[in-house]
Amino acid sequence: MTTITDPPQGSFKLSMLLNDTRYRSYTFQFIALVLLIGAIAYLISNLFANLAAAGLNISYAFLGEPAGYDINQRLIEYDSQSTHWRATLVGVLNTLLVAFLACVTATILGVIAGVLRLSNNWLISKLMSFYVEAFRNVPVLIWILMINAVFLVVLPQPRAFRGDNPEATMLFDMFAFTGRGVYFPAPIFSNSLTGSAGTDWLLVIIGLVLSFFGVRQVAKWAQAKQEATGVRPNTLWINLAIWFGPLLVLFTIMGLSFDYPELKGFNFQGGGWARGSLIALWFALSVYTGAFIAENVRAGIQAISKGQTEAAASLGLRPGRIMNLVILPQALRVIIPPLISQYLNITKNSSLAIAVGYMDITATLGGITLNQTGRAIEAVLLLMLFYLIISLTISAVMNVYNNSVKLKER
Amino acid sequence: MKKSVLFGALAGATLAAGAAAAGTLEDVQARGKLNCGVTTGLVGFAAPDANGEWNGFDVAVCRAVAAAVLGDATAVEFVPTTGKTRFTALASGEIDMLARNTTWTFSRDVDLKFTFVGVNYYDGQGFMVPKELGVSSAKELDGATVCIQTGTTTELNLADFFRANNISYEPVPIETNAEAQQQYLAGACDVYTTDASGLAATRATFEAPGDHVLLPEIISKEPLGPLVRHGDDEWGDIVRWTLNALITAEELGVTSANIAELSAGTNNPEINRLLGTEGTLGEMLGLDAEWAKRAIMAGGNYGEIFAGNIGESTPIGLARGLNAQWTDGGLLYSPPFR
Repeated sequence: MTTITDPPQGSFKLSMLLNDTRYRSYTFQFIALVLLIGAIAYLISNLFANLAAAGLNISYAFLGEPAGYDINQRLIEYDSQSTHWRATLVGVLNTLLVAFLACVTATILGVIAGVLRLSNNWLISKLMSFYVEAFRNVPVLIWILMINAVFLVVLPQPRAFRGDNPEATMLFDMFAFTGRGVYFPAPIFSNSLTGSAGTDWLLVIIGLVLSFFGVRQVAKWAQAKQEATGVRPNTLWINLAIWFGPLLVLFTIMGLSFDYPELKGFNFQGGGWARGSLIALWFALSVYTGAFIAENVRAGIQAISKGQTEAAASLGLRPGRIMNLVILPQALRVIIPPLISQYLNITKNSSLAIAVGYMDITATLGGITLNQTGRAIEAVLLLMLFYLIISLTISAVMNVYNNSVKLKER
Repeated sequence: MKKSVLFGALAGATLAAGAAAAGTLEDVQARGKLNCGVTTGLVGFAAPDANGEWNGFDVAVCRAVAAAVLGDATAVEFVPTTGKTRFTALASGEIDMLARNTTWTFSRDVDLKFTFVGVNYYDGQGFMVPKELGVSSAKELDGATVCIQTGTTTELNLADFFRANNISYEPVPIETNAEAQQQYLAGACDVYTTDASGLAATRATFEAPGDHVLLPEIISKEPLGPLVRHGDDEWGDIVRWTLNALITAEELGVTSANIAELSAGTNNPEINRLLGTEGTLGEMLGLDAEWAKRAIMAGGNYGEIFAGNIGESTPIGLARGLNAQWTDGGLLYSPPFR
C-alpha cells in the first residue's frame, strides 16, 4: 500500500473504463441507465403500438365534456352539466379535505397515545399498547368498512326522528346524529360585508391570522420583559382579547346567526351537515394512522437519553413540564421524518373512500369519469399525477418544518 | 407475442392484449373453457347457488355459448365483474364475452369499441322505496337520498331525470349491488335505483319483499345484452347467433323437452336448419352442425330460460312484457336462420 505514493498519471485509455476502479463504477452506472431507459422506452412504445392496434388513442379532450353525473359533497360549485375537469377538481378538494382532517386528528391521537404508552400507570400503558396493536395490524379498508357499518347500524336514520313520539330526538334541538351523518347549526351572516358567504369567511380567517401574529408579538414582548426583569407578565387576558376581540366585532357587524337543521321531507334541511361517509373515512384514517404515529412518538421519546429527564427533574420541573419543555422538543427531530410518511399514507389511503361512497378524486376521476368515458389510461395517469403533486407538496412543507426543528449543528 | 403481452401488462396497459383479440374462437377452443364476465351477484341474472354453481338469466347465455362452441355447457369460467371493471376485463381479453346486464349505448358500442351482439332483456331504470315512506311517484322524491351503483348508465339517467324535473337529491355511489342493498336496508338511503329487473331481483332476496314498492316511473331505455370486443367478427357472430338460436327456438316451439325428437328431422325447414339436420349453417360459423342444438339443450330456449330464472313463477317474478316474442306483442325478433 505504501509503496505507491503517486498514482500513475498516464493518459485516459478506453480499457480503463473496465479495468480502472475509478471509472468502472461509471461504466456500470451508464450501462444500467441505458438499459433502464431502453426498457422504459420499450414499454411505452409497446403501449402505444398496442393502443394503436386496438384503435385507441391518448386524448384528454374528454375533460372538457359535460360529466353528466352528480356528486354529493361539493366544496365548489358543481352540477351534472359541469365538465369532467370540474368533477375532477371537486374530487381533489374532497381528497384534500379528508386528508387534512385526518392528518390533524391522527397527529393528536398519535401523540397522546404515544406518550401515554410510556406511562408508569400499568393500565393506561397496556390500554394504549392494545390500541396500537389492534389498529395497525388490521387493514385500513376493513376499519373504514367496519366504522361505516357501525355508524349505519347504531345511529338512527332521519325517519326515526319523525312522528309525534319519535324514536330519536335531536340533541338540544341543534344537533342530529343520524346514520347519514351529523347535522349541526351552521353560522350564517345576515348582514354580509362582501356580498358572498365565502368572502365573509375569508375575512374571518384573515382576522384569525392577524390575531395569531398579534399573540406571537405579545409572547415576544413578554419574553423580552422576562429576560430584562426576571418577571414574566401575565399575558392570558391580553391574548384572549387579541383572539376574540376582532372576531366578536366582525361577527357583530356581519350579524352572526345560526341556521338550525330541521327535519323536512326525507332528510334534515338547513344547517351544516357532515356526511356519514366523510366521518367514517376521517375517523377510520385517524385511528389507523394514529396507531402508527403513536409508535413514532414513542420511538422519538425513547431516543432521548434518560439523563435529560433526570437533569430536568433535578432542576425541579414537574413531569408534565419535563415532557413538554425538555423531552418532546428534542424528540420532534426523531418524530418528524417518519411523521411525513404517515401524512403521505393518509393521503394515499384516502383513495379507499369509494368503499363508503365518499366522492374523492379516485371516485370521480378514477371512477365514474373513467367509466363513462372509457379513457382508462388517461384518467389513471392524471390520477397518478394528482396524487404525486399532493404528496410532494405535503412532503415539501413538512421538510421545511423538519429543518426548523432538527438538530442545529454549528 | 407472449413476451409483448407480459410487457404490456407490466406497462400497466391492460388494453395491451387487445391486439390479441382476433381468433377468440381458437383461443377458447384451445383453452377448453369460455371465460364469461358476469355480475358479482344478482339473483336471477347471475349468482352462485349454495353449491357454488353459477345460475341465472345471463349465466344461461354464457352456458349456451359454451355448449355451442365447446360442446359442454359447464366449460365456463365465470369472472365476476363490477360496473367499473367489466369493460376493462373485456377489452383486455381477460374475458371472451360479457353477459352482465349491460346497457347497449352508442358510446359503449362506438367509443369503447365493443360489439353488442343483441338484446337479451329490454329493461328500464326504476326506483324502489320502502312502503312506509308513502311515496307513489318518483317526482315526489325531492330531497331524497338515492343509492346508485356507480359506473353504470344509471347515474347519468338519474342526474338527467332529477334535472329535468327540477328536484334535488343526494346521490350515494355504491360499488356493488350487495353493498347497495345493505345501505338501502339500513336506511342510509331512501331510494334504491337501478334497472327495474335488478330492483325486482334485489327485492326478491329481502326478508320482507312486501315492505318495498317499485315506483311506476321507468326513466330510461336499457336494452341489456351480451357483448364482445370489436375486431373479431367471427366470434361476435357466434355469440350473436347463439342468442338468436335461443330466441328462434322459442318462436318455433323448440324446447329442451322436444328437441331430441325434433332433431331427428321435421317437415319445418327452419327448424331443420336451426338444429343442423339441413343446410350448413354451423359450418359457416366455424362450428359443427349441432351447435344450436347443444346451445338450446344447455338451458332450454329463451322462454324456458326466462321462466326458470326470472319469470313470474320465480321469487323475482318478472312478467315477459317487452321481452315477449314479437308474435306475442313483445320486442324479441330474431333474424331468420337461412
